[in-house]
Amino acid sequence: MDIFDKYAAIAERRSKLLAAGADPFNLRIEAMHGPTEATIAGRRTILVGTNNYLGLTYDPACVEAAVEALRREGTGTTGSRIANGTYGGHRALEEEIAAFMRRRHAIVFSTGYQANLAMIAGLAGPRDLILVDSDWHASIWDGCRLSGATVVRFKHNDPEDLDRRLARNEGVGECRLVIVEGTYSMLGDRAPLREIVEVKKRHGAFLLVDEAHSFGVFGATGRGVAEADGVEPDVDFIAGTFSKSLGAIGGFAVSDHPSFELLRVCARPYMFTASPGPATIASVRTALRRIAEEPALRDRIWANAKALHGGLSAQGFAVCAAMSPIIAVRLPDEAAAVWAWNRLLELGVYVNLALPPGTPNGVCLLRCSLSAAHTPAQIEQVVARFGVLAREIRVALEAPAA
Amino acid sequence: MTRVDDTLFEDICTLVRKFAPGGVELTPATELSADLNIDSVAAMDLIMEIEDRFGLDVPVNQLSELRTLGDLAGLVAGRLKGR
Repeated sequence: MDIFDKYAAIAERRSKLLAAGADPFNLRIEAMHGPTEATIAGRRTILVGTNNYLGLTYDPACVEAAVEALRREGTGTTGSRIANGTYGGHRALEEEIAAFMRRRHAIVFSTGYQANLAMIAGLAGPRDLILVDSDWHASIWDGCRLSGATVVRFKHNDPEDLDRRLARNEGVGECRLVIVEGTYSMLGDRAPLREIVEVKKRHGAFLLVDEAHSFGVFGATGRGVAEADGVEPDVDFIAGTFSKSLGAIGGFAVSDHPSFELLRVCARPYMFTASPGPATIASVRTALRRIAEEPALRDRIWANAKALHGGLSAQGFAVCAAMSPIIAVRLPDEAAAVWAWNRLLELGVYVNLALPPGTPNGVCLLRCSLSAAHTPAQIEQVVARFGVLAREIRVALEAPAA
Repeated sequence: MTRVDDTLFEDICTLVRKFAPGGVELTPATELSADLNIDSVAAMDLIMEIEDRFGLDVPVNQLSELRTLGDLAGLVAGRLKGR
């Protein structure tokens, strides 16, 4: 038996995908032309699937700060935070994130994935119970597994189901940790945090909210859905990422818990990996300032979200959730989604192709994410090219079966 | 493994049919993945339906050992007995 035989079904599915056109999971971007356009397969393409919500990847101040740090401190720290990988910039960024989020403590991680891994496996242990929303991101599931805790899923965005399960498991686990996401990455739907906070308080559980897709976008100052819903004092822990609104790579977590700093010597995904490089730290520090100084970035992304949400809905596409910077269009099946994704690429629009098991309820999606850096003209172009797709789909559906 | 009575097995099969293609015979030896094409994520959604039906929780970290419908029924019977 070959060691890859266990993946036979995945291999067959992948072959079909590759036969249908470009490889959606290994797409080569040949050249970048700013935060919203690139050359793909020799074609100038509008990017509508980058999670670059505030468009800060090419912000001149962020780029300059990164270049300056690169020259001053080199290309990498070559060490973990618990060895030689904590520079002045890492600690300064942690203080700045704590101040921005109005929390006592902040810890920086090397990726957003590791932020969830470290937080969950650091907070929960084999004697604890985790209750997690069923639309969890892979990093949350992996963190749950690494923790060794007993893990119970509750129905997506259903505080009553969470309440029932906490009641059923009264006495199970020394500590109970509830985990939700501010907004969910695939459909862009938002957690009912006020109701979830009520439930967790009633049962004496801790709450961790992953604001990866909501930081910078939701809330009056961009602190996320917990800020928008006015429940920050009752959210025990918040995790976030640098790779979306902050335009780099890395992650963070914040809390007011007096023992939070213990995670630095207890959370393995923090301890046993190299720290973020100096250029990353410098650009994120600058991006954080840019978000604080320029609320207009949020106004722009919401205006773009409204325009695309309205445009796609008007063309009859099945848009999955209320208007947000993530707009997921549902296609009837995998073959249709793969075809539509390839066709959009030919028309010069890149979106994410999202297929089960990476999607909730087995749906197949064309997932768009907006940026504050998209111009109104680009959004019009994207809507127009989706319009071409809509017409072609209608023609195909109306054609007599061969 | 906890003994599974026929009624419990049939109740579970009713829920499994929502996730599985028609025409496959459901027996305790039927494999969730190989025979019914129920992948790891679909299995978790199936468990959620079972939890609703029986008013119990099956921790998802107990699911990796599940291979057959018999394993699934045994797990549910064990949780029911443990209440």
